[in-house]
This record gives sequence, structure tokens and C-alpha cells, in this order.
Amino acid sequence: MSNAISILNGASSSDAVKITDSGLRGMITLRGDLDSAQLKSAVSAAVGSDIPAQRKITHGPMGGVAWMSPDELLLLVAYDQADAITAQISEALGAEHHMAVNVSDARAIFRIEGQGAREVLAKGAPIDLSPEAFGIGDFRRTRVGQLAAAFWMTQTDMFELICFRSVGEFMFDWLTNAARDGSLPEYF
Amino acid sequence: MLTLKCPCCGVTAEETEFAPGGEAHLTRFGPGTDDQAFADYLFARKNPRGVHFERWRHAFGCGKWFHAARCTATLEVFGTYTAQTSTPPEELVAKIKAKRPDWEGFA
Amino acid sequence: MRNRLPSGGSLIDRSTPVSFTFNGKEMKGHKGDTLASALLANGQTMVGRSFKYHRPRGVMASGAEEPNALVNLGEGARFEPNQRATTTEVFDGLTATSQNHWPSLEFDIGALNNKLPRFFPAGFYYKTFMKPRWAWKHLFEPVIRQSAGLGRAPEEQDVDRYEYFYVYVDVLVVGGGMAGLAAAREAASAGAKTLLLEQTEHLGGRLSVDDALIDGKPSGEWISQTTADLGAMENLTIRTRTMGSGVFDHGYAMGYERLTDHAPDTRGPRHRLWRIRAKRIITATGAIERPLAFAGNDIPGVMLASAARDYASLYGVGVGKRTVVVANNDDAYRTAITLKEAGLEVPAILDARPTADGPLPVQARNLGIRVETGTGIAKVKGYKSVVAVAICDQSGDGAILETIPCDAVAMSGGWSPVVHLWSHCGGKLNWDAENAMFAPDPNRPPTGADGQGFVITAGTESGDLATAPALQNAVDAGRQASREAGFTPVERDAPLVIANDEAPMLPVWSMPEQAPNKLRAKSWLDFQNDVKVSDVALAAQEGYVSVEHTKRYTTLGMATDQGKLSNINGLAVLADSLNAPIPQVGTTTFRPPYTPISLGSIAGEARGTLFKPTRKSPIDAWHDKNHAVWEPVADWRRPYTYRRDGETTQQAVTREINNTRTGVSVLDASTLGKILVKGPDAAKFLDLVYTNMMSTLKPGKCRYGLMCTENGFLFDDGVVARLSEDEFLCHTTSGGSDRVHGWMEEWLQTEWWDLKVYTANVTEQYAQIAIVGPDARKLLEKLGGMDVSSGALPFMSFVEGELAGIKARPFRISFSGELSYEIAVPAAQGQAFWDKVLQAGEEFGIMPYGTEALHVMRAEKGFIMIGDETDGTVIPQDLNLGWAVSKKKEDFIGKRAFERDFLQRADRKQLVGLLTENPQEVLPDGAHAVEDGKNRYGQANMIGHVTSTYFSPTLGHSIAMALIKGGSGRMGEVLEFPLAGGKVIKATVVDPVFYDKEGARQNV
Repeated sequence: MSNAISILNGASSSDAVKITDSGLRGMITLRGDLDSAQLKSAVSAAVGSDIPAQRKITHGPMGGVAWMSPDELLLLVAYDQADAITAQISEALGAEHHMAVNVSDARAIFRIEGQGAREVLAKGAPIDLSPEAFGIGDFRRTRVGQLAAAFWMTQTDMFELICFRSVGEFMFDWLTNAARDGSLPEYF
Repeated sequence: MLTLKCPCCGVTAEETEFAPGGEAHLTRFGPGTDDQAFADYLFARKNPRGVHFERWRHAFGCGKWFHAARCTATLEVFGTYTAQTSTPPEELVAKIKAKRPDWEGFA
Repeated sequence: MRNRLPSGGSLIDRSTPVSFTFNGKEMKGHKGDTLASALLANGQTMVGRSFKYHRPRGVMASGAEEPNALVNLGEGARFEPNQRATTTEVFDGLTATSQNHWPSLEFDIGALNNKLPRFFPAGFYYKTFMKPRWAWKHLFEPVIRQSAGLGRAPEEQDVDRYEYFYVYVDVLVVGGGMAGLAAAREAASAGAKTLLLEQTEHLGGRLSVDDALIDGKPSGEWISQTTADLGAMENLTIRTRTMGSGVFDHGYAMGYERLTDHAPDTRGPRHRLWRIRAKRIITATGAIERPLAFAGNDIPGVMLASAARDYASLYGVGVGKRTVVVANNDDAYRTAITLKEAGLEVPAILDARPTADGPLPVQARNLGIRVETGTGIAKVKGYKSVVAVAICDQSGDGAILETIPCDAVAMSGGWSPVVHLWSHCGGKLNWDAENAMFAPDPNRPPTGADGQGFVITAGTESGDLATAPALQNAVDAGRQASREAGFTPVERDAPLVIANDEAPMLPVWSMPEQAPNKLRAKSWLDFQNDVKVSDVALAAQEGYVSVEHTKRYTTLGMATDQGKLSNINGLAVLADSLNAPIPQVGTTTFRPPYTPISLGSIAGEARGTLFKPTRKSPIDAWHDKNHAVWEPVADWRRPYTYRRDGETTQQAVTREINNTRTGVSVLDASTLGKILVKGPDAAKFLDLVYTNMMSTLKPGKCRYGLMCTENGFLFDDGVVARLSEDEFLCHTTSGGSDRVHGWMEEWLQTEWWDLKVYTANVTEQYAQIAIVGPDARKLLEKLGGMDVSSGALPFMSFVEGELAGIKARPFRISFSGELSYEIAVPAAQGQAFWDKVLQAGEEFGIMPYGTEALHVMRAEKGFIMIGDETDGTVIPQDLNLGWAVSKKKEDFIGKRAFERDFLQRADRKQLVGLLTENPQEVLPDGAHAVEDGKNRYGQANMIGHVTSTYFSPTLGHSIAMALIKGGSGRMGEVLEFPLAGGKVIKATVVDPVFYDKEGARQNV
């Protein structure tokens, strides 16, 4: 899959806060009964992590798992593993009602890093992004400006954000604009 | 701009994350039903000044539908609850009744 | 700076001079000056002309309530009209010009209106320009527009940037005066996350001007000590230059931060709109002084007493050498004392009250100031500036007792709490008769999501104007807010305040009380809109009883200041004229924003490329490089055609069609919606969602399906592919993917939640590339990797595998009537696959085609397009698609609706084809067909309209589709389509399938 390219092919901009196209990432939408033991073990086998609590993200040696809704998870894995892991999960779940689908190509993923990363997002997300309210392990689906998005923190002052691929370029421009020098509110 | 608590993902968020879906607990009238009942199902909606049961979708969040009981005059939100029910929960009805003694109740 | 006092001015830095221009004239000020204080320091008392009469106007106030001193600021791309000089910080290089005059501030032709004021009474426009009717549009309005309005609109695009910022706090405090500081301290000490907004650069509010001893500290010291205390608290943030501009539902508030107005060359955004959610909002917005209504109270040099005091003590500016103070309360004596102590003359204090013996009047008398009680101003003499005041008995009709020469008048009619933010979201007011003002009723606050009040007032805004009770009130507010936000206030001693006692004020709505109309017609209530006492009285006389109606009729309290100075005086005059008590007359509604905020801040970052998201396909960059003419399709952009050098758009479309019909072409169809539906009940669910039967579809096969609303109206269509027994892929229109996905989820979550079905919108997972034309199969064979023969991949089926080394799923479906494969590949490899297709297709003369060629070809085939042939009132049967509406299924969405009478009528509009009499003539889109006779409104008898219309290069003939009443029964009829200008196009009704009726070309 050497000819596969991410939305901005890894481009980045660096102002007050650095914005980077994180490149290709494997993403699997898994819908099913999140309380099911079979599903738990399928996820654990796939990424080596437990199923996250409501609005949380967990990480294992092979990837991450984000809580999307009461019957939906998003698995974050290596891009070239996504098809195989999708098939593996479906096989593990067998007849149990579920849906596992590779959505890696449907998304753009960005890294937002630097002091003030929170503030860049708080210019567009109508949620509480203060350190008391949002920290490592939290996962939030919301809007950023006019776009639907989800984000989480990978470490202090570093977020990852996903949105649909078709608006990836717009999202990058939006984030870059919000991250311009001299424009951080310095509130958090 | 309202804030609502999505009972599906547990988050209290502001209105711009949600999409409104009109009156809740409509009964669907399908093939073979009476013309008037069908027309009412399609077009007749309550428009109370006071307690109202509504459908909302957490469109920018978890994507799930839920129900809200809200006062259309004061915008007080009495509670939100699952979309997978055809009547509001009894505790909620009792809570509203206590706050709004003149309310005629859920019908 | 001829009016700059030798000393004083706590806000200015005398060591840092700044230069600015006013109407092109170079002036000097100091750092810390507002534009108003700097203009006054330079002796520029006249700063603009009034709205209606173009009377000379000067600075009236020292803050956001200023009605007169509105100026144009900046130039070119930074030009902005209607900016208050009183809230504009002066900086080096500032350029300001005055407004509302022509040709100049000093000499203005419009001031002629001033000579004819009896021709411009309340409701003048409504009364005068009634007849003749045509004249309004063609004569009156154009002339009036020339001279109406305040500032002029900017002509260049704004070069500045704007943004939003979302924050959540426990307690928001609006106002950084004494009350705000005290309340914030209480809230934050209790542990509440607190945000304090102050609209000016400085904290302290009026306490910076008025002496008091708080907890043993003089006011200035108390402010700096408290500010320092607050600065040390981690859970408290103070933002100055940030106005709390509005309070909205459920604890939502807006803060308007002005970052670079005072320093335009600083990088970063100019304004930031804070969108704040707070558990509790404390409004500590203080009080605003009211003018007095006496004749000539608008002449430059007449200003609020508090403003005259502010200019002296904050900016070291004497607004006049000789200032007469006129008042109905004790507070104004502070102004007289301040001016006198600054070495300026105060020839008299005119007090409307019968007596004045409190500590402040005594202090004034001790300073040697003449105090006249029971006295008012009959009229101010002067035109462009004050020359003298004629004084009279307040109780009389204006008989002049004496004329006192002076160059300034400081007036005070008492104070009104700033109840705007309290009122924005429904907080109610009480009338306080003693202070003649409306004050917030703490028992009727605006209520939030939990039904509890969420706004708490603090300080003078609560209604007690004296320092000691106001401070106590603020402390209580801070404690209440923190408690209600879930915190425990810290126990501490109540603040101890030592300040002068004040005697009660006396309500004075007209000065003198018995002023005849001659004086009332020169007594201004609303300076910004030129509304006088006589206008409001006239409105009452003419039958206006509602304050809201009177406002619109007289323009009282409208425009940018929203009646901050005029409201109470205006409604008191109305109440007086109606002989009704003031509370019965009530107030007009207070609406956000508190003062106007920039349009830029409302737009935020959404401008230029960030105005609205455009969805782009994975091959978008290639299209852009290859001369795509873009067409918006829902939120996507798609190539309409690819125009080669020297081609017209039409020629390009024709070329693309001909190439597709004779060779092979390629289309980027990635925007098509794709929804995965999976589960044991998936087939059952799709049977409910589609009008046709999907459960009988075999895995590996495709079927065209229709979706209707419960009304029976067609709303989306597309090809459904059954991937496996329990898994379907539903294609939707490009604009419909989110809608259809949402629709499916809605039914699954809210009606049929017992069905075991999951859906996922996988639209963007795939690039979908259509390879179309007689040579399509040859091209696929060349790409290699799978068997694409008609046996292995027959029409209306799909397979999965690899093409050209890329994972692919070709569907044998056709929207053009040609041999066609729509190939789904992973989006990230969309460009790679597209490149391979073009490369392999070179030998077959491949070329890309756009949406217009697609549209023409589908119309040649009579295929409908959602949004062209449908408009939300069309049912499948209208479009000859009855074959796709199942008769066997017990239920599906829309089935019940088809039982309704009017959906079964024979004269419904039905889809037909049209061939124009002249084959070269293309019908306009939307053209109406008419029949003889008239409809019931006496209009032409319209029987339908054109829904799609093109020139078909394939047929060499213009073709159209139309919805015509009873169309199916009209085959062969010739219809008339009258156009604008009298021309009529004739067309024959035909079958809408124009080309290859048997479908032989696509099924090979």
C-alpha cells in the first residue's frame, strides 16, 4: 500500500502551536454489545487493551480503543493491519450481532502539540477544555468550529484529533489559523 | 442556548452539539389505519406553553437520540431519558408534577 | 492641550505623549487617555452632529453610555464607524473623523433641519411621506437614505482577525468595579473557578473617582490591594478590555474582548468573543447617571456631572473653565467639589430640591461654592458651545431669574442601575420610588436549566447606590454565587465602609416643572436619536400608550446606545403625559449586546477559506490541476466539466459525452453516499426503509431502490448491494449520505429499536471511480487482477478483488446507459487508482467527465435526479417508478401515505419527456407549461413545469423532462411554454426515455 496517502501527506505547520497531519492510521468501527465477554476478549486480542469507560480512551501495546457511543468503539491500530484486525474481530465474534468495519481511509487525523494546544481547540469546541475537566484518558466527540470531530490527549499539551477525510484540509486550515502566533488567550 | 444532558454518553453539552427532533412519543400509524389518525400522526403536534416532551439527537456527540422533558416557557429541563420508550419514566412524571402542580400530566 | 489641568489624572501617563488626528487635525494626548478625554483636553468640545437635526454635539458621558461622541475610526481596511470616543483608548497614529455632517463638522447643510424642528416631530416620516404611493420608492426614500443613518459603512474588506473562545466557569463576574472585585474575591476564596470581566482597561470603576474608606483603606489603595489579592488566586482570572455583552439561557454569557483596538499593529486577533458557560453569573455593572431634561441640554459643553468629574480626576482634563452644576441629588456635589479643588470655577450649583443640607452640600458651601436650591435651568445659551445658563424656579414655567455665564454645565438627574444583563434573559425589575429608578427584583431572576435563578446582582446595580450597602451587597452576592455553585464561602468580617451620607434625590423629569412647549421642544431626552420631551408628549397625545410602541414611533432609545441615558427619562415623560404611574408604563425590553460588538467578532474565524467547509474527494487536487470547472454539490465540490484550452464549457461537456458514448471515460463518483447496514434484521429493516423489496436481493447483486418519507414523498435513491446474507451497502445521493444515515439511525433508535441492525456511514472510506463507455471492459481487463467478463460480473452485480494491484470492489451499475463499472477503492489509494486508470486508458482515448455530462447522459436515459425531478412533493408513481414500489410488503415508510386520496389522483403531475419543436432550442429550467383558460386566481392556467433540460449531443436534439398534470395521458400533445418577453416555446410530450429504450447498451 505504498501508494496510499493521508489527507495532507504528513504536512505540518508550526506557529504558537504545532499542527501535523499524523499520517495514515488504522481505524476500525466496532459496534456491538460492549458488555459482552466475547467482544471484550476480541478487543483485547486486537489491541491488548480493555474496553474504555464512557467517553474514555484506553491504549494497549497494539493500539488504542475509544468509546464512541453506548454500542460503538473506535479501534486505533496500524494502518496496514486494519483489514486483518477487522477480519480477526469479526471471526472472533462469529454469530454474535456486531459490525466491524475498516474506516481508516474515511478519516483524517491530526496532532496538536505545544503549550496552548487546549486553547486552540477551545476556540472551536463548545466544551470545557480546562485541565480540571479534560485530561489524558478522556475522549470527546463534539464539533470544532463547523466540523464534527473527536479528540483526546496523548500526553500533556498534545492532542490527537480525528475528523472526516473530505474536510481534513479545512480542519487543518482551521487548526493552523487558531494556532497562529500571538493568538492564544493564555487562559488555561 | 440550552444545555442538555445526553443520557447516552452522560455528557452535559450545549445546544449546538444537539439536533432537535420535535415532539416525542408519537404513535406511528401505518398501512390500513384511519385517515384522520394518520394525518394527525403526520401533521398534528402539541405546542404547549409549559411542559413538553421532545426528541433530541446528540448529533455532534455520540449520535444517539434521546428524550427531554422541558418547560417551553422557562426552558427548565426536568430531565432527559432514553429514546427507547413510548412513555416518559414515572419518576420523571412525578418530579414534573411536583414542580408544576397545574400540569395536566403526560397524555 | 489647553484644557489639561496642571495636575491630576490617575489614568494618564503624562510622560508618554501620543499623537492622533481628528478630522485631519493633528492633536496630542497622553497614554491612558480615551479619545474623548484627549479631544476635550485639546478643547474640541464639539465632536459630531446629531442624527435628525444635525445639531452640534459634544461629549456627554465618560463611558459606554455615550450617545453623542460617535466617530469614524481608522482608515481603509481598518475603517470602522460609530465608535464611541469615550471607550476608545487613544494611541499614536489614531485617526478619527466626526460623523453625520456635510460638508464639515463646523458648517453643516443638514443643520437646516434644526431651523425647521416643528416640521420634524415624532412620527414625521410616517405622516409625511404617505402619498402619493409611488413617490416613496422613487423619490422620498432615495433622498432620505442620502442623509439618514449614523456613520457610513466601511468600503474595504476588514484586514483584522477575529475568533471565539469557549470557557466554563463556576462563577462569572461582569464588572470590575468595587462590587465586581468584592464579589469575585468572595466567590474565588470559596474555591469557585471565577472569571471577572471588565470592559475598560482599568479595575475599580467609580470607586477610583469617589473617595471612601474601606476597611481602613482609602479607595485607591483598596482597589490596588484587592486587585493584588485577586491576582494571586489561581482559580480566578481577570480579563480587562472585555465587556460582558450578553446573558443568555442556561448560564450562557458572551464576553467581548478588544485585544488590539488600542494597538492595531499588534499581531493576533482584534476581537475575541468569549462564549462562557457559568453556573452562576454575578452582574456588577453599576449604575449610569441620568441627564436632566432642560432646554439646550444637548449643547456641547453640557455633560453628565459624573463625566465632568471623571475627566478631571481620571484624565486631568477640565471640561470647562466655569462649570455650572445642575442636579437633583447629593452625588453631583462631588463633581462641584472635584472641579473646585482642581482649581476650576464653579459659579453655582443649581439644586432642584427645596433643601440641600447633607455633608456634601455643606462641604461645597464651605469651599465657597454658591448653592441655589429649588432652582433649575430655564435654558442653556449657546449653539456650538455653552455661553451661559438662564436659571429659574424649578417649580415654575421657566421665568428667568438670572443668567450665569459659563462654558460648561454638569448635570445629574440621579442614577439608574445598569439592569441590562440582568434583564437580557428574563430578570424582572421593581420600581424604586425613592430613587426613581428600576432595580432588579432578586425574587424574580432569570432561571436556568434546573429552574433556579442563575444571575445575581452585586453592588449599586442591585439598587442601593451608597458605597457601604453596595459593598455589602456585593460580598453577599459573591457568597451566594459560590454557595449555589457548590462551594462553601469563607467566614470573614463584613467590610467596614466610611463614606459620606447622601440625602434622598428628587425625581425631576422636566426642568422647570411647568416648562412650556417652547422649552420642551429644546429639551432632549434621547440625544442620539434627537428625541425631545415634546416628541414623547406628542406621541402620548396621539394615542400611544405602550412604551414599546412609543419607542418605535419616536425612535426614543433606539440605535447604538439603546437608550442607556434616555430610557427612564423618556418613560417618565410618557407616564406623566398619560397620567399613569411609571411602573405601570414599564420599560422597553433590554436586549443583548449591552453595547454594539463588531460584526467581525460575531463571524469569528469564519471568513475567506474558513467561511464554510467544502468537502473534497480524494482526487480533488488532480481535478483542480486539470482545469475542473467546479460545481457545488451539497457540501462537496465536484468537477462540472474539464475545460480544455480554447473550449467553451458547453463544448467541453459535449466532448465528454461523445467520448463516453463512443469510447471510454472516467468519472470521480466518490461523493456518492455509502451506508453499511448489517445484522440479522438488516434485510427486514431495508424492506421498511425502501419502497421496494430488498430482502429478496441475492448476495453479490445490486438493486436500485427508492426511499420515501412517511408522507410518501421521494427523498433519496440509489443502488443497494447485498454484500452477504446479513450485510448491505446502500448507495445514496451525494448530498444525501448524512441525511439517509441519520434517517436510518433515527428509525432504528426511536421506532424499531427491537431490530438487530447496525449501520455505519462509510461514504468516505472509498474513492469511487466510474469507468464508462463501450470500451470500459477492455480497460478493466487491461488493469488486470480479476475477471470482469459479463459472465463473472454481469449487469447489476459486483465482485471483490484487486484491480491494478489495488483492493477494489467494482459494481456493474450504470447511470449513463453505457457499459459501466463503478469501482470502490480505499480512499487513500483513490488518486493512485485514478492515475492507473488514466494511464491504462490512454490507448482507448480515455478522458475524465464531470457532473454536467453525467446529468445529460442520465436525462437521455430518462433517469431521475433527486432534487431535479423531486421537490419534496413528488411520489415515485409520479415519476413512472411505481414498479419500484412494492405491493407485496405489509409495511414500509411511505406505504400508508399512498392510500391517501390525493396521492392517487389521476391529474397529479407526472413525469414526461419533451421534444421542442425547434430541436436546437433548449427550454429554460423551470419553464411552466400553460393551457387555455385561467386558474381560479385569474392567472394563466399552469399545468406543470420543466425539471431537467439539456441539449443532447447524442440525439442532436434538445431534450427535457417535465412534471405535467396527467402527463402520462398526454403523449403526443404539444404544450406551450411562455417565457418572459412574450416568446412561447412549443414542445411535444414524449416518453422520458430518449435513448436506448431497451437498455441494450448497458447490458453487454
